[in-house]
Amino acid sequence: MRKTCLDMVYQLAQRDKRVFFIGSDLGYKTLDAFKQEMPDRFFMEGIGEANIVGMAAGLAMEGKIPYINTISSFITRRCFEQIVIDLCLHNINVRLIGNGGGMVYAPLGPTHMTTEDLAVMRSIPNMTVLAPADADEMKRLMPATLNHEGPIYIRLAKGYDPVVTKGTDSFKIGKTFSLRHGHDALIITTGITAGPALKASENLSSEGIGAAVLHIPTIKPLDAGTIRTHVAGVGVIVTVEEHSIIGGLGSAIAEIIAETDFRTPKKFSRIGIPDTFPDEYGSQATLLERYAITSENITDRIKSLLKRQTDIGV
Amino acid sequence: MNPSLTLAKNWPSLNPPLDRRSIGLRREIIKTLKAAGRGHVGSALSLVEILRVLYDDVLRYKPNHPEWPLRDRCILSKGHGCLALYAVLADKGFFPKSELERFCQSNGILGGHPDYRKVPGVEASTGSLGHGLSIGIGLALNARYEKTDSRIFVIMGDGECNEGSIWEAAMCAGKHGLSNLSVILDYNKQQSYGSTYEVQDLEPFVDKWKSFGFGVAEVNGHDISQLQSACNALPVAARKPSAIICHTIKGKGIRMIEGDLRWHHKSKLSVEEIQTLFSGLEEY
Repeated sequence: MRKTCLDMVYQLAQRDKRVFFIGSDLGYKTLDAFKQEMPDRFFMEGIGEANIVGMAAGLAMEGKIPYINTISSFITRRCFEQIVIDLCLHNINVRLIGNGGGMVYAPLGPTHMTTEDLAVMRSIPNMTVLAPADADEMKRLMPATLNHEGPIYIRLAKGYDPVVTKGTDSFKIGKTFSLRHGHDALIITTGITAGPALKASENLSSEGIGAAVLHIPTIKPLDAGTIRTHVAGVGVIVTVEEHSIIGGLGSAIAEIIAETDFRTPKKFSRIGIPDTFPDEYGSQATLLERYAITSENITDRIKSLLKRQTDIGV
Repeated sequence: MNPSLTLAKNWPSLNPPLDRRSIGLRREIIKTLKAAGRGHVGSALSLVEILRVLYDDVLRYKPNHPEWPLRDRCILSKGHGCLALYAVLADKGFFPKSELERFCQSNGILGGHPDYRKVPGVEASTGSLGHGLSIGIGLALNARYEKTDSRIFVIMGDGECNEGSIWEAAMCAGKHGLSNLSVILDYNKQQSYGSTYEVQDLEPFVDKWKSFGFGVAEVNGHDISQLQSACNALPVAARKPSAIICHTIKGKGIRMIEGDLRWHHKSKLSVEEIQTLFSGLEEY
């Protein structure tokens, strides 16, 4: 996904002279073709995220579209104030590409894991927040970032994640994607958890339970109307995300559900990372397992909610 | 004796008589202050000659077309000095002087920190310190890319240079040899709590900027001709960004508040206190 994303930045830069690239201290030869072909629009500015974001703001104030890339923990936390003031207050066209959102950097420990990025980014006025599910979706997403008004945060996953989205879907910022239909329950997901969500839906289907999967690559602005429509049709809703259960997708969906007067009762539950710093190394996969962000847990959670729904007679 | 203050006191003629224009701009500052009964008065008064010279003699701009693409860009990174900026921008006709009377009012455009969305002539919203230089770098890189001769000026405070982001930016500006970028430092040697020497010493300040790749000039920041000469000689060094370190006095122009940290920021100013400021100014 990361390679696709950066390749797309290169392609966008080839066709649009407003596109600039700014990296911090990325891997050797990253985007070397870009650097060779368009050296006056390629910058590698060292490990100083505050400066990089401010510098990008200056370029964007003059009509340029800078794409900034570094590890997601650094591009969201280290320069948070620059993001809020320089980018969002000025509402300018800078794109932040955060590598390894979630627990991708599990072997490197909690300093490099980003489990609150969606929450903090979505709380800033004017910010758009994107979390695609796979490389194919990334390829469709990137052109949509070119002419979008205002700053964008793009959360990248690990890379080589299974492709779960449909190549026929056209990407539009703010649009949700129905990956699977079902009338008993609804799984709402963002980023790479679309994979386990689909698997859970398949498992449930074999047991005669229809669980729809709604993939939300745009965390902000959230398509509340479409989400309400999907929620209205079911009694059980589970959100799944590789993110803290505080403030991310689950919270955003809870806000919508809590403020909507549905005609039928809803059972709702969030699956995500508990309010803790991951305390193990291993891999993204082992940590997803540790925090039960798995198809098995999604399956069990839905069955449990459906049972409670039946028990109370709704 | 605090070395920074010794340096200030020993700087030649930091107390030249202020001419009518400098007094007049300060009068506008006090009028503006009066509207809200609050403001960073000391921090604004050290800036007056810097802004006056930039807007009278150095910057290219069109008050009736603030977004004129070929203008020079000037960012007041020490946004709390905005009382001085507002006085100068109003004087130049960016907005009516009557706006000064609505300082910090809900129906006004002038707040306690400058907002680019509201105030014609303000390039960037500042207030939180340490942002202006990086933005200036982006503007300067764009001017270089577009091959325009627009120049970028970033006015910063000394206390502001406590921020690490300033030094990230300084390294970056030096690396790119941004000769179209100039940092103007209002070195009044006082910050909110105490002297810069006590709170976070900046010395050797000239050497710091030189070592980050800047051409550095030092001037008396209240001396019009010294400021004009330094600005006319920009860039200080070829293929390098410039830093003009302006030795100034906080509260300059009103003897009862000069160097008095109680006047860094004031709120709930009474009518009598405001009158005292006006009187102090006339007596200068």
